[in-house]
Amino acid sequence: MADLINLIENWIKNILLGWGVTESLAVFILQVLGSVLVVIVCFVIVIALIWVERKLAGRIQDRFGPNRAGPYGIFQSFADIIKIFTKEYITPVGAEKGLFNIAPVLAMFSVLAIWAVFPFAINVVGGDIHVGVLYIVAIGAFGILAILMAGWSSNNRYALLSASRSVAMLISYEIPMIISLLVPVLLAHSMKLSVIVEAQMPWNIFVAPLAALIFGISSMAEVGKAPFDLLEAESELVAGYHTEYSGMKFGMFYVAEFLHQFTVGALMAIFFLGGWTGPLAVRWPILGVFYFYGKTFFIYLVISWIRLSLPRIRIDEMLNLNWRFLIPISFINLIAVAIADRVMLEFNLARWIYVVVMFLINILILVAALTIAEKNEKAVERVEFSPRPIAVPPGKESK
Amino acid sequence: MAIPINWFLVLAAGLFCIGLYGVLSRRNAIGILMGIELMLNAVNINLITFWRYINPVKLTGQVFAIFVFTVAAAEVAVGLALVIAIYRNRDTVIVEEIDLLKE
Amino acid sequence: MVPVLIFGLSSVVTLGAALAVVTNKNILHSAFYLILAFVGVASIYVLLEAPFIAVVQVLVYIGAIAILIVFAIMLTRRLLSKDLIQRNAQWGLSALGATGLFLVLGWIVYSVNWPVKLLTVPEDPISVLGQELLSTYVVPFEIASVLLLAALVGAILIGRERE
Repeated sequence: MADLINLIENWIKNILLGWGVTESLAVFILQVLGSVLVVIVCFVIVIALIWVERKLAGRIQDRFGPNRAGPYGIFQSFADIIKIFTKEYITPVGAEKGLFNIAPVLAMFSVLAIWAVFPFAINVVGGDIHVGVLYIVAIGAFGILAILMAGWSSNNRYALLSASRSVAMLISYEIPMIISLLVPVLLAHSMKLSVIVEAQMPWNIFVAPLAALIFGISSMAEVGKAPFDLLEAESELVAGYHTEYSGMKFGMFYVAEFLHQFTVGALMAIFFLGGWTGPLAVRWPILGVFYFYGKTFFIYLVISWIRLSLPRIRIDEMLNLNWRFLIPISFINLIAVAIADRVMLEFNLARWIYVVVMFLINILILVAALTIAEKNEKAVERVEFSPRPIAVPPGKESK
Repeated sequence: MAIPINWFLVLAAGLFCIGLYGVLSRRNAIGILMGIELMLNAVNINLITFWRYINPVKLTGQVFAIFVFTVAAAEVAVGLALVIAIYRNRDTVIVEEIDLLKE
Repeated sequence: MVPVLIFGLSSVVTLGAALAVVTNKNILHSAFYLILAFVGVASIYVLLEAPFIAVVQVLVYIGAIAILIVFAIMLTRRLLSKDLIQRNAQWGLSALGATGLFLVLGWIVYSVNWPVKLLTVPEDPISVLGQELLSTYVVPFEIASVLLLAALVGAILIGRERE
């Protein structure tokens, strides 16, 4: 009774075997059912998240947020879904039809495929592959590709400009993200996600807080929402790379973006907050699933809070932050953690000394980096405010 | 191991020859680079096939494939930088039109 | 039976996409077909039980090389016009040569008796790979890192606009 998930799995498997299905086909059907379940849960969560996010944004900005459809506006998302399904699909003149239609599908795929390797509870993993961490990073490449395809194929200058900005941003923020992901890999001595989760004693956020911070910042940039939303800056680029999309094609980009932020929460939970681990999670795996989704949801809300509080950063600030700050300290952090890990394992120290020393090393690097950055602040180019020239008809200029 | 080794080798040979055709017949420098990438991929398929079928215990084939990846990445970075620099100076990347040394 | 099906599908996708890469009139479409060919090759690696190589293929070839190529094509946009001929005068000869090479290679593949040993892959290939890279192949590994650094510096120097 304790292991509810395996109980259901065995029950379905026995029914299938009773129908005369071969063993391997039954496993295959179970895997398909599992992935369908994960995808459906993702979509249901997104529907809820859109409402939570809009309500939260409203409260933070001193508004009500959605409040018309149903009590507290909880049916707002369903109203939006009905609206978005009944909208007309518009394909702009001169668009490349094939690429234009593939792009939203690829955007969805790049987010959903990441969920294939997540450990939801003990022994509840879709594909527990040896290269889980690399797989997650590699799938992210398809997201960049989707943006590039959408920007190019819609035959719109704003969309293309947004796509080229996004490539500059996403490719450069991938570097600190990968380097900081290497720290949990190093601490767990494995790239398997299930091993990384089980090796966290205590959670990695206490052992490697700096890596968690860098991962948080750079993956927020990977999502492409505020304060890193300059690939869809409304005041400059209309709506960014999906300017020309309408109806469900736009909806897919929108949902992919929400789901990506939720996925970042899940990654953060797995790599730094101990994934499904928690009290009694080993005895009752179903509790592990709740812990996992709970931690993910918590990180999601924290990210929303950050992004609702900060203004959009300028493109040169964005690149400076990455190349002059995040990449150097992520490399230094990786090297320091690797050396410290090796040395302390050599001396066979107690676990709590190991954790305390790691924590202190991280804080030391962060403080040093911040001090150096503050000293060099004057070197960064500051753009002073200057009054905009007012449009004057030709021939009437004064002076 | 249901699949005979020959199938993989013929696939790699096919990919290599398609890439070779691309390198020889394209006028656009970026097109030529794409042909080279196809050829490098064919080489990698061969390396991995030989590793899997002849000596899967030592990972020599995989190590060599990783070196091919490294070289391919370096080659594309420098090659595309050259292409962009040429395009900026001469407004073309058609290899037949880049013939300053002939004149 | 299933591996044969997967092999058939992925080889058809790879070769078809590769043919489209070298023959398509629009160079940007070629670049997107190139990505499809890379995906096909990655699935071949999965079939050969080399998941690490497959994932690195996706990461390096699709995540970096293909996106760079697409970006370079967008930067050289003048060459995307439809009336520009993308193949040179010697394409017929090259096609003949490539076909001939393919026939020769195919003949070699089928005439050699390959010393196939049906062994299983090590349990944790990635740790073995890491140990190999840092023991037997440490010198090539270091040279590869120097090569990457040189390429990085070189690409920035060449690509930079001179004042």
